[in-house]
Amino acid sequence: MVANSATLKSKEQLIEKWGKQEVISGSEMLLRSLLLEGVDCVFGYPGGAVLYIYDAMYGFEDFNHLLTRHEQGAIHAADGYARSTGKVGVCIATSGPGATNLVTGIATAYMDSVPLVVITGNVATSLIGTDAFQEADIVGITMPITKHSYLVRKAEDLPRIIHEAFHIANSGRKGPVLIDIPKDVSNEKALFKPHTEVKLRGYNPTVQPNKQQVDKMLRAIEQAERPVLLVGGGAVYSGAHEEVLAFAEKTGIPVTTTLLGLGAFPSGHELHMGFPGMHGTWTANMAIQESDLLVNIGARFDDRVTGKLNGFAPNAKIVHVDIDPAEIGKNVPTDIPIVGDVKAVLQQAVAGAKYASKADAWRALIAERKAAKPFAYRDSDEELKPQWVVSMIHETTHGDAIVTTDVGQHQMWAAQYYPFNQPRSWVTSGGLGTMGFGFPSAIGAQMGNPDRTVVSINGDGGMQMCSQELAICAINNIPVKVAILNNQVLGMVRQWQELIYDNRYSHIDLAGSPDFVKLAEAYGVKAFRATNKDEARTAWEAALAHDGPAVVEFVVRKGENVYPMVTQGSTIDQMLMGDDE
Amino acid sequence: MSTRHTIAILVNDQPGVLQRVSGLFGRRGFNIESITVGSSEEPGLSRMVIVTKGDDHTLEQIEKQLYKIIDVIKVVDIGSSPMVARELGLIKIGADPSARPEILGIVDTFRAAVVDISPNSLIVQVVGDTDKIDAMIELLKPYGIRELSRTGVTAMARGSAR
Repeated sequence: MVANSATLKSKEQLIEKWGKQEVISGSEMLLRSLLLEGVDCVFGYPGGAVLYIYDAMYGFEDFNHLLTRHEQGAIHAADGYARSTGKVGVCIATSGPGATNLVTGIATAYMDSVPLVVITGNVATSLIGTDAFQEADIVGITMPITKHSYLVRKAEDLPRIIHEAFHIANSGRKGPVLIDIPKDVSNEKALFKPHTEVKLRGYNPTVQPNKQQVDKMLRAIEQAERPVLLVGGGAVYSGAHEEVLAFAEKTGIPVTTTLLGLGAFPSGHELHMGFPGMHGTWTANMAIQESDLLVNIGARFDDRVTGKLNGFAPNAKIVHVDIDPAEIGKNVPTDIPIVGDVKAVLQQAVAGAKYASKADAWRALIAERKAAKPFAYRDSDEELKPQWVVSMIHETTHGDAIVTTDVGQHQMWAAQYYPFNQPRSWVTSGGLGTMGFGFPSAIGAQMGNPDRTVVSINGDGGMQMCSQELAICAINNIPVKVAILNNQVLGMVRQWQELIYDNRYSHIDLAGSPDFVKLAEAYGVKAFRATNKDEARTAWEAALAHDGPAVVEFVVRKGENVYPMVTQGSTIDQMLMGDDE
Repeated sequence: MSTRHTIAILVNDQPGVLQRVSGLFGRRGFNIESITVGSSEEPGLSRMVIVTKGDDHTLEQIEKQLYKIIDVIKVVDIGSSPMVARELGLIKIGADPSARPEILGIVDTFRAAVVDISPNSLIVQVVGDTDKIDAMIELLKPYGIRELSRTGVTAMARGSAR
């Protein structure tokens, strides 16, 4: 089962269907309002406080709900759906523990500016504040990690609130919005009127930039001898990949895309330098450090990108384009701030942009460096290397799969060895670094992209944080291809303990984890194990060819480290290059 | 350089709005010296006045972060121009009848008022800027302050309406 928009009715059809004014329950209003927002798939888990909502789903044609096995799986799936489609992801959970199980997922989406509408039930309004059964103040708990939140007090408010929530979630700097619906409100009957307007005095994101600021940037580019474009997730989220390409080509400025910006610029392009930061390319990091003009387009100068702030891009004039004014100047003092939507800014900028003609030597130097020091690892025929596995996955999927990852070493190897050429193909928890995200987010990505190959690359640690969702892949035949890079250890922690904590390996041994092949088979999912290159390729090709979900466990070398590496507290030009150097 | 700033924030009068604003200050490490909330000139909107300490960078971040709260309509750094800032203090003093004339002398000088008298205590009400109330407290300390309650600063820019 995958979301099939062909069977869904258009908004106009739905408005016509529900045009006559009708008194219906809050629950039914919720479902109708979600469909009017174009929601084609909701991920959720029922419970006491949302029973009216689930009752309204019973027999409700057109409403597509996917029952996960844990609320955390539901919200990560909604997140993967949102990141890969650009549409708002929606999930539903009950009050108390159902709601608190969403907290990690909400924080994940908030950190990476992912549009979600999160619906929770709550105890009846008469019981709120009494420590009732399964009561939790989820609005209060999630206030620091939501873009906005609502506690609905009257059913008649629901159409307005849902419409506002979708607008807030998916405009400006995107993010999760929580709607908490007490049980009595979901049962209350009121007149249903579809809501189509948004009136929010306190919310008016600046989309079009100040032209003078854009002109300042263009003049700075003409003067620059060592310019760099730092392109972040904002470029993906505003759908600006074409504008990024046009701007980079017209100005001839080398591009580095952050972890969340991967896919916003074609990896194979001669101007592309790979991603910067802690495990980024030598070329990108050196370029940033030596640049005289750093144009940040929709990135937020995260500490994993900047390394030690004092000493970051020390000679660069900084241009920062961001839709969120609070990001500008937050971490790095900015010379030319440009508030606006990346796409709108670049559309304006491309028109007046000139080739950075003073940067010829710089471009030549960067091309030379790219050739001299690409990502590298020492391959082996005895042991399976995780980098080789990722490259093999890239090759066999022709580089156009949607790839989701968990967090840790495998995430970095995936970023390094699976180059992307299109946006919304890379789903990873960058800001919060949420283990357990990789596999369920792939389910959501597959629901939103039924015709694409979706690959989930995981470690043996993170896979065990949400493996229960194998059940919904099997039951609904969601054909996600799961790769588990099993090194029997919490690899990134091991790497830090080796390099920074003097080989004091503390609580990282995952030996004794379940047999992942048996685990998958227990859920009815096809599974393979590979311990060498031949097995790996055969197993993976079989998994890809299989008409349904499949898991491949790759038993990889335990002691492998991710390089390059900038240790914490260093500037990003101080890179450990690993044993190949 | 860390200085004191007085910020007025116009907000939707919605449940939880105080929590949204104060929570933002807390989690971003912004300091709150005082906070006052009350209705504004427009129905449905409240005005908060927050006194905070920080350098210019912090102040800029505070303003920008506040604007990200959907229920925040407007943020004004009223301390950046001439303003009227007032708070009210209630000070309960354990005062023997013999000490009262002296206390009343201080009260008069500060144009404060005695709003409650009991056999061995009295409550002084003082209105003014923060420095005036600090000074009054200093002068009344020798008589034994039993209880002290301050409203925090509310403030407004001088001159014609913005």
